[in-house]
Amino acid sequence: MSTGAGLRARLDSGAFAVTAEIVPPRGADPEALRRKVTPLVGLVDAVNITDNAGAHVRMASWAGSLVAAEAGVEPVMQLTCRDRNRLALQSDLLAASAVGIPNVLLMTGDHPKFGDHPDATPVFDLDSVQLLWAARAMRDEGRLLSGRALSTRPAWFIGAVENPFAPPAGFRAARLAKKADAGAEFAQTQFVFDVPAFARWMAEVRDLGLDQRCRILAGVGPVRSLRALDHMRTGVPGLHIPDEVDRRLRAVPADRVAEEGERICAEIIGQIREIPGVNGVHVMAPGYEHGIPAILERAGLAGPRRRDGGTGPEAIGGFQGGRSPWPAGRPAAPTLGGTGAD
Amino acid sequence: MLAPNAAYRGLAGALARAPAALRVFTAAEKVTKGAAFGCRMCGQCTLPVTGYACPATCPKQLRNGPCGGVGADGSCEVFPDLRCVWVVAYERAEREGRVADLLVFQRPVDHRRSGQSAWVSYWRGDDETLWAAPGARQVGAMPERRR
Repeated sequence: MSTGAGLRARLDSGAFAVTAEIVPPRGADPEALRRKVTPLVGLVDAVNITDNAGAHVRMASWAGSLVAAEAGVEPVMQLTCRDRNRLALQSDLLAASAVGIPNVLLMTGDHPKFGDHPDATPVFDLDSVQLLWAARAMRDEGRLLSGRALSTRPAWFIGAVENPFAPPAGFRAARLAKKADAGAEFAQTQFVFDVPAFARWMAEVRDLGLDQRCRILAGVGPVRSLRALDHMRTGVPGLHIPDEVDRRLRAVPADRVAEEGERICAEIIGQIREIPGVNGVHVMAPGYEHGIPAILERAGLAGPRRRDGGTGPEAIGGFQGGRSPWPAGRPAAPTLGGTGAD
Repeated sequence: MLAPNAAYRGLAGALARAPAALRVFTAAEKVTKGAAFGCRMCGQCTLPVTGYACPATCPKQLRNGPCGGVGADGSCEVFPDLRCVWVVAYERAEREGRVADLLVFQRPVDHRRSGQSAWVSYWRGDDETLWAAPGARQVGAMPERRR
């Protein structure tokens, strides 16, 4: 059931998509990042490269995206409003398209208070909805926020994030509608552990007709220790782990928590697949990226189901293994074709 | 109460021509709105469509709704002692049947207007481009604003 390269093509085909989250290294060595990406080649449709996730400094997302593409997986470049004003956001977006990054995920970003530089300036010149709006104007109208024309229009698939579980509950689907109105074509969610609550949110999403104009990828991931469980229950704002999941993880011996966590994750993926309007899952397993293939296998998502040939950089249009990703005279992001603008 | 009418427009026009009077008026606006809403004098007031909860008091300055980090009890993730501005805005909007107000797309703020009187701008019609109707095709460049 190969459908050609890329996250957008996978979603347009109606097949269930899989993306995974990769946190770039705190260092200048691309090898550490390559090691995280390589096991996912051919198994996922794209990898998100985080942008100073949790307000902790890491290798920039654009560079991590290039490393991931060279390693053979299509990147989704995350871009937050926390560290850049509107000039830098727009120039980084142009840069992403120029070097062939086909997907961007535009988000507000965690507050610096939670990171490794709590003394930093929180920028937040735009919010995520405004950034989505700016990006779509750049791509579809060829204009900057200033109104100035672009010489060449960028061509990314534009994504957003949403947390279905945080208050105000009644506003969360509407907030995604705002993002879709502004420009979001796909959305990845916060971790889903509370499947009934997620299903309720999805019902609202469908009532708004959002599933018809914005692809939804549900965030999932394994809880691999009781320490992680405690942290996720109390230390991560906006994350809800139901008592039943908590009970199951505490009911097994300490050395079996990780396995039980992965089993729960696979079960949740199975339940999510049954919910109408869900187009895929986004697997987040920070520090455990090498375990993602086993989770996908357990969930029945690890078949030879990814793109044609699915191996190596040539699958990413424009990127040539071992050579510069900037062939002379290549126009911006030719890989997207004309499939896109809805 | 503050909706533009001929008297307010006249007042705004007069203030715009009298720098000293405008300074006094702006200072008065800062004191009253600061006391009532925690106003930060961004100069582009959204209070009428945010249930009079000021989004400039959000640590992330979010103008288009809450972030994903709101606590289960509705607390701000950055300052847990405070309630999320957008939770307050939503509760008020729901009570008043004005949730549609929150769906309005708020364009990026013009930082040149920080510290200026939002009332004068509002009465002079400078805020007409500040937000767009929900569901409208919102792509478009920032319109030029009067200085």
